[in-house]
Amino acid sequence: MFQQYKKLWIALIALIIISPLGTLTQGTAFGEWGADELKEVLGFVPQGFEKMSDLWSHVPLPDYSVPGLPDSFMGTAGGYILSAVVGVGLILIVIAIFSRFVKE
Amino acid sequence: MHIPDGYLSPLTAVPLMAVMVPVWGVAVKKVRETVKKKDVPLLAVGAAFSFTIMMFNIPIPGGSSAHAVGAVLLAILLGPWAATIGVSVALLIQALVFGDGGILAFGANCFNMAFIMPFAGYFVYKLIRGNSEILSGRAIFAAALAGYVGITLAALCAGIEFGTQYSLFKAADGTPLYFPYPLKTAVITMVGAHLTLAGPLDAVATALGVWFVGSSYPTLLPRDARLITNS
Repeated sequence: MFQQYKKLWIALIALIIISPLGTLTQGTAFGEWGADELKEVLGFVPQGFEKMSDLWSHVPLPDYSVPGLPDSFMGTAGGYILSAVVGVGLILIVIAIFSRFVKE
Repeated sequence: MHIPDGYLSPLTAVPLMAVMVPVWGVAVKKVRETVKKKDVPLLAVGAAFSFTIMMFNIPIPGGSSAHAVGAVLLAILLGPWAATIGVSVALLIQALVFGDGGILAFGANCFNMAFIMPFAGYFVYKLIRGNSEILSGRAIFAAALAGYVGITLAALCAGIEFGTQYSLFKAADGTPLYFPYPLKTAVITMVGAHLTLAGPLDAVATALGVWFVGSSYPTLLPRDARLITNS
């Protein structure tokens, strides 16, 4: 899988290494606030939101961070890179499974 | 624009999921017919690229953030149906492993970023590129514009989806049940952030990506047509 488009994989690895640039902005994207942010801004948490927001609580790497790493830039950056590696690895596995259904 | 769970009523989230089921079905069928085994690594690296590019958050004035998606790049390289598969896989991993985007909202997020975005962008790309060569100025411009239009339309869809919740679903005490701001605010903010910042970023990523793939692997993208003819 990796020999064929070597330059593309190298470019992807380079992107992963510089991905901590994406952590420099602190703001939450519009419409992606958590319950605590809503409470702070609105003064209340919408009732439907409160019921549904925890639908999936088994997230192992919340917000691309690794639980237990220090809250410093290095900790955040390391967690971010590790998250990218895990995410890319899982994507490759899913696409590899999918490719079994693709013709020769 | 990964809508978390809790901002869409099930009455909005479930129908959007239902829309995506046949879209995924057709996408799998089209990709099975047209993408050859040897092209699968390109789909894999494309999906991985989309995942990674979405991690590059950029600040939006007013304290929020946004990012590029890369769905139009996949559409140009592999066709829009393959882009639907690739971006959906990236969104699935983001939702399950990183809590980025909801589970019930997965259909809505795929509708915006894995369906509307690659198809709209692909249409713009074909329209502007015409018969020009893949690495010509016109074709690179077409790629940039396609990324720009694609991501902005995706953001518009997201804004409409959660913005409409405000007036549609209220609690007994009159407070909004789900998304807490009116449609106008949602659409203006989402479209504004993507027209001005995330759109140009996706335009650059799409154009650079096409240029990089086209110049690194000249045989991959024929002069007059893309790799896979599946439209």
